Amino acid sequence: MSTIVSLPDQATAVVPKKNYITAEHGLLSWLLTADHKRIAMLYLFSITFFFFIGGFFAGMVRLELLTPAGDLMAADTYNKMFTMHGIVMIFLFLVPSVPATLGNFFIPIMIGAKDLAFPKINLLSWYLYMAGGIFVLTTLVLGGVDTGWTFTTPLSTHYLNTHVVTTATAIFIAGFSSIFTGLNFIVTVHRMRAPGMTWFRLPLFVWSNYAASVLMVLGTPVLAIAIVLVALERTLGLGVFDPAKGGDPLLFQHLFWFYSHPAVYIMILPGFGVISEVISTFSRKRVFGYTAVAFSSVAIAVFGFFVWAHHMFIMGVSNYSALVFSLLTMLVAVPSAIKIFNWAFTLQKGSITFETPMLYAFGFIGLFTIGGLTGVFLGSLGMDVHLTETYFIVAHFHFVMVGGMLMAFLAGIHFWWPKMTGRMYPEGMSKFAAVVTFIGFILTFFPQFIVGYLGMPRRYAAYPAEFQVLNVLSTAGATVLGVGYMLPIFYLAWSLKYGAIAGNNPWQATGLEWQIQSPPLTENFLETPIVDHEAYDYEWLERKTQRELQHVG
Amino acid sequence: MGISPVLWQFLTKWLTTSALWPQEASTIAPWADALYIFLWLVTLLGLVLVGALLLVFSIKYRKEKSPVATQIEGSTLLEATWTIIPLGIFLFVFVWGAWLYFRIYNPPADAMQVYIVGKQWMWKAEHPGGQHEINALHVPIGRPVQLTMISQDVFHSYSIPAFRVKREVIPGRYTTVWFNATKEGTYHLFCTQYCGTLHSGMIGDIVAMAPEDYQRWTEESTSGMSLAQNGERLFASMGCNSCHNGNATAAGPNLAGVSGSKIRMDDGTVQVATDGWLRDTILNPSQHVPLGYKPIMPTYQGQISEEGLIDLVEYIKGLKTNYRVQQTLDTSKSNDAAPMVPEKVTQ
Repeated sequence: MSTIVSLPDQATAVVPKKNYITAEHGLLSWLLTADHKRIAMLYLFSITFFFFIGGFFAGMVRLELLTPAGDLMAADTYNKMFTMHGIVMIFLFLVPSVPATLGNFFIPIMIGAKDLAFPKINLLSWYLYMAGGIFVLTTLVLGGVDTGWTFTTPLSTHYLNTHVVTTATAIFIAGFSSIFTGLNFIVTVHRMRAPGMTWFRLPLFVWSNYAASVLMVLGTPVLAIAIVLVALERTLGLGVFDPAKGGDPLLFQHLFWFYSHPAVYIMILPGFGVISEVISTFSRKRVFGYTAVAFSSVAIAVFGFFVWAHHMFIMGVSNYSALVFSLLTMLVAVPSAIKIFNWAFTLQKGSITFETPMLYAFGFIGLFTIGGLTGVFLGSLGMDVHLTETYFIVAHFHFVMVGGMLMAFLAGIHFWWPKMTGRMYPEGMSKFAAVVTFIGFILTFFPQFIVGYLGMPRRYAAYPAEFQVLNVLSTAGATVLGVGYMLPIFYLAWSLKYGAIAGNNPWQATGLEWQIQSPPLTENFLETPIVDHEAYDYEWLERKTQRELQHVG
Repeated sequence: MGISPVLWQFLTKWLTTSALWPQEASTIAPWADALYIFLWLVTLLGLVLVGALLLVFSIKYRKEKSPVATQIEGSTLLEATWTIIPLGIFLFVFVWGAWLYFRIYNPPADAMQVYIVGKQWMWKAEHPGGQHEINALHVPIGRPVQLTMISQDVFHSYSIPAFRVKREVIPGRYTTVWFNATKEGTYHLFCTQYCGTLHSGMIGDIVAMAPEDYQRWTEESTSGMSLAQNGERLFASMGCNSCHNGNATAAGPNLAGVSGSKIRMDDGTVQVATDGWLRDTILNPSQHVPLGYKPIMPTYQGQISEEGLIDLVEYIKGLKTNYRVQQTLDTSKSNDAAPMVPEKVTQ
């Protein structure tokens, strides 16, 4: 007997009258909701807003770099542009992107729970995020900040007259938002799994978000400490980082990267989870080597904490400590390689279709392979000396963060859009957008590897003329990329009213979220599901579907 | 059919002047390039492999050809393969990179010394012979040059792409880098660590010259006072010589031969008198009290510029056996080349 509510499938489906969207009405019902799905939607709107703010700054940066001279804006303005781009994109988009939207929406459903462990703290997380966002916007209105997103001391503490403390406050507050989200996920995964949902039956999306949550909870406080020390040093003249007072400016680098390197994994791990779900679903096959993929997430989370000094190879750290950190960096590359091959072999003997999420997932695998392997360049000590602080590193982390994470986010948004809204996105249009994004991305960031090896430093408003051709290519690519990102806004909004009705399980996927109505009820499940199968068990799904057909027939 | 003038300009002007590969102008450069090419081959291999797997599986197992999926649990053998092979490659890259790193950051003993002071937004170079340069550095080819660098304010980074070397320039401590230029020419010098408003203006020229041209340049550009001579003058005017006068009964230790030696300290530790250590003892003497001396030296924090400290360090480094305590300084005579090894005191 299936304990999961069964409803009609796509052909005959209507959007159910009763769901989490229609459960309550009015703005307050959204702003005071404790429903994880509604909070996820609040996040989705807010991070999309900030994504386009950050995208605007990226556009301005690329426009300035169209010509070698610093002729579009003043040098200070340019510095503010790339600083605000980094801060907005990292703290207000990438860190919360998948966990706070898709994770928030689907982790409880995937494990068969009615909500997260602490629904009100979940809402508090969103308010903290918004408070952080408002502080960033305030900074913007007041005239911006030009520390770079890395807040390097003593530049940030003693030498700039911009709104460093306001921005620090923003990051401090937004940091608590991600600490609470992480905490909520950890407790939820430990305590609220449905009967029969053992750890090794969890979808890989849950595993990877769990690993990212551990990083959020352990790493973010260190960033908070670093940022508070910067603010205190700036306002009260504390001498923690100031060499003139016996402080050590390298200490800041250690503290900052102790968070900010794991933060890279906070950003990318949930993306890995999305890719596992998408690849499995569209090849109708269980993920190849489930355990290896699950444990590689954990391995990345653990090793991720011990590689921070690879950001400091040229900063005068001891040669021998550099040696250790380089070795650990090489080790952390291995689990990523394992994942790539496991995904590729998931396709083997599958029955593959190529809907939009799958296209984005393919894009992800290709770009993340380049992003990951160019990371090996930078982890290699002697190579890092020449490459670090140039456009090579800019290209590398954009391949990982934009080529990887953003592709994964878009894959996830398209994959779960039917579940979140009850409507399908338009397939043709979205495939077009996926291809445009891919082409735009390559054109934008590949030339930066070349210009980086030539030695063009990052954060330069003006540059020698011989770098111009590559920069023109990059700016042209950014234009294409911009179009690729605008398209989904329009067709997804369109689909809310005109999209085909999705039904419960348009992809015939195995996750618990696909066994309930779309959009789900506020309480997700009418009765607690009892799980008797592993994740990605397509035979179970087939048996279940047949049984239901017999019941109906 | 005429080609559009804009396109023509693009083709002739941009493409011919644009660079795709940086010049190789130091002994390190070919080694760095070899590793770089190897790493791109690895990347290409990985990309082709993954791409081929995706392509072949996508064609072979697309729904039209393969309507029903065959479920596979996994394969320990395959997974072990793609764990061990990448691990092996990455470890190989690690060893290669580490070897290169030690080569880049461990200068040969006979390297020529130049001091660099970075500040918002300029690079000052101080040659021991008394040549001072701003946003430029003249070096001879075929001879190792070691840069000892410090920042007066924020983090900077001294990057010479054509030499494939770079090092952070940090306030409060010396960092070093070395290179051996192989080709005459003028190369870019960039500050690569974001340092505020005119970060992108903190650039300059590295001029690598044939040894005889360099010799001529040194003679033409000297300020007349070597760094050590400046240091000697400072040593007197700051009153250092009242305690560090070389006498056995003096309140301060004799500084002759101190540079590079191991010194037993008051707290029982042994410290090595590197350039950075010498600088730090002048600024924070209370933290470096040698065994048998009282912590009576005042701090000189805020009283000497980084250039002044370099002069003092350079002077102290030159004190090989004993030194002349110069009570009165006659600047008119200082144009005579000062002996690098000061004369012995004849008392």
